[in-house]
Amino acid sequence: MKLSLGPILYYWPKQQTIDFYQQAINSDADIIYLGETVCSKRRELKTRDWIELAKSLNKHNKEIVLSTMALLEAPSELSVIRKLCENGEVSIEANDFGAIQLLTEKKLPFVCGPAINCYNANTLKILVNQGMQRWVMPVELSRDWLSNIVEDTHKMQFRDQFEVELFAHGHLPLAYSARCFTARSENKAKDDCGLTCINYPQGRIASTQEDQQVFILNGIQTLSGYCYNLINELHSMQGLVDIIRISPDSTSSLATVSAFKKQINQLPNQQQYWRLDSLQCNGYWHNIAGLAQS
Amino acid sequence: MELLCPAGSLPALKTAIDCGADAVYIGLKDQTNARHFAGLNFNASKLSKGAQYVADHNKHLHVAINTFAHPGQEKRWFNAVDQCVDLGANAAIIADISTLDYATQKYPDLALHLSVQASATNTAAIDFYQRNFNIKRVVLPRVLSLHQVKQLTRNSDMSLEVFAFGSLCIMAEGRCYLSSYFTGESPNTVGACSPAKFVRWQETAQGLTSRLNNILIDRYQDDEKAGYPTLCKGRFSVDNHLYHALEEPTSLNTLSLLPDLIEMGISSVKIEGRQRSPAYVEQITSVWRAAIDCYTQHPAHYQVKAQWNQQLANLSEGNQTTLGAYHRNWQ
Repeated sequence: MKLSLGPILYYWPKQQTIDFYQQAINSDADIIYLGETVCSKRRELKTRDWIELAKSLNKHNKEIVLSTMALLEAPSELSVIRKLCENGEVSIEANDFGAIQLLTEKKLPFVCGPAINCYNANTLKILVNQGMQRWVMPVELSRDWLSNIVEDTHKMQFRDQFEVELFAHGHLPLAYSARCFTARSENKAKDDCGLTCINYPQGRIASTQEDQQVFILNGIQTLSGYCYNLINELHSMQGLVDIIRISPDSTSSLATVSAFKKQINQLPNQQQYWRLDSLQCNGYWHNIAGLAQS
Repeated sequence: MELLCPAGSLPALKTAIDCGADAVYIGLKDQTNARHFAGLNFNASKLSKGAQYVADHNKHLHVAINTFAHPGQEKRWFNAVDQCVDLGANAAIIADISTLDYATQKYPDLALHLSVQASATNTAAIDFYQRNFNIKRVVLPRVLSLHQVKQLTRNSDMSLEVFAFGSLCIMAEGRCYLSSYFTGESPNTVGACSPAKFVRWQETAQGLTSRLNNILIDRYQDDEKAGYPTLCKGRFSVDNHLYHALEEPTSLNTLSLLPDLIEMGISSVKIEGRQRSPAYVEQITSVWRAAIDCYTQHPAHYQVKAQWNQQLANLSEGNQTTLGAYHRNWQ
């Protein structure tokens, strides 16, 4: 089982981002995704900076993938994807069918990211035929759902044609909107946001009137209030999952990657049991409410 | 421009047709559609009666098959397509790739409309579905500004359908898992958002409270009107500031944009609300019929009548309406 570091979902200053990847390149991650996936106004790193960063990271012994935006509304946002597709060196994670279209026009292979609606083996088969090499399962799906799909792909004899990646640690990307909720939290409109996301490097917490932390506001994206953590579930991923994704929220995420690596390398009966705290969850994997703990 | 109205039941369907809808959209009585609520939708006998009524009045019937096929149960979604064809429906509204593929292969003559749940918001995504599944129309998610909708009409030959009125989904449809995060059930997987079986109302010392799967959505003072606890419309606290962090209870109303939508060549305006009563369908259809006719007869003199807005506000969540994402300031 390999480990991946998902794209940074938050908006960090350029130097912080570069510093993060300088450390990430020496981490236990086998695959590093990078790029802006949430908002095209976030331009601390411009498209060519992301491509340059990806190429510089690609000189090391890790697989580098450029991730693309999930919600594509403007022609200019499609142009960014075209530029990313033309980088000529590293592969692309598509997070919208628009990106898949642009990639297939160029006959380029791709990773199907978690923001793409793929719920069954027939859909996977069609995507494999279009060039999909890896599938990141939608975060709301369970082990049972995955198991059923994988069984179908065996029956249809194409399980060996793609890898399965699972979002296994971090705040879950749950929704995308036209509205910027970070701007709204400061009583601003999106067009007048002042790029305020940069002031919240781990998003803004939204809680119920009983102080239950339900969402993390991250621009137009809404993340889960709790941190998803499947570190105790590795045994149940055997035969189903090829790659485990850690979604970074700070450099401490690199330690999380190492913890997962250590756990993977242990024999099943020697794996450490991690007690999840009250701000963590694992419900989706167990086919219950996402925010629950099994 | 087509006026496309919701019908969650046979009486609603007849009302919509009688009040001037050009087309109605319906769903089967199972999880293949995104309004899978108890007591709603069409069984086999109601389906054929409904289809007959629509055909007798020379109107159009669209069948929503707009959830995502579960592994191992694809046949249920494929059967829904078969039923749609057997009925002689004019279009199937589909989101799932495997269901689109089945429909394209088996029924090349069936008009496929890409459901809003497929979340196609740009020309490249539209190209993907057109090239692979020969779709004939795209229902646009409620995330685009009016300018962005106009750009799409300029940059694509695809027939476009937009939401004109109804409950406002503020997230890109088909890409929102908030409901399953709270309850385990989402529009994509079971065809319902914030399902009613998880809703609980309680009178407390601090006022009436609404909960979804035991999570507090909102608390109402005596003078406040309580609404259905759709989870994105609750009051939440950010840094000790309590407000509707995502959106207020409100409905979309684009009567004032009707001239723009017609001028830019939008094919169809869709009214949300298959879960609503025939009385809702009657009022909503009548108002929109009057507005479209008013514009068609005298484009230069079109004005939204106060009476229309009043009628629509009364049918809206929280008795208020918004232009939603069409208006940039909302974003």
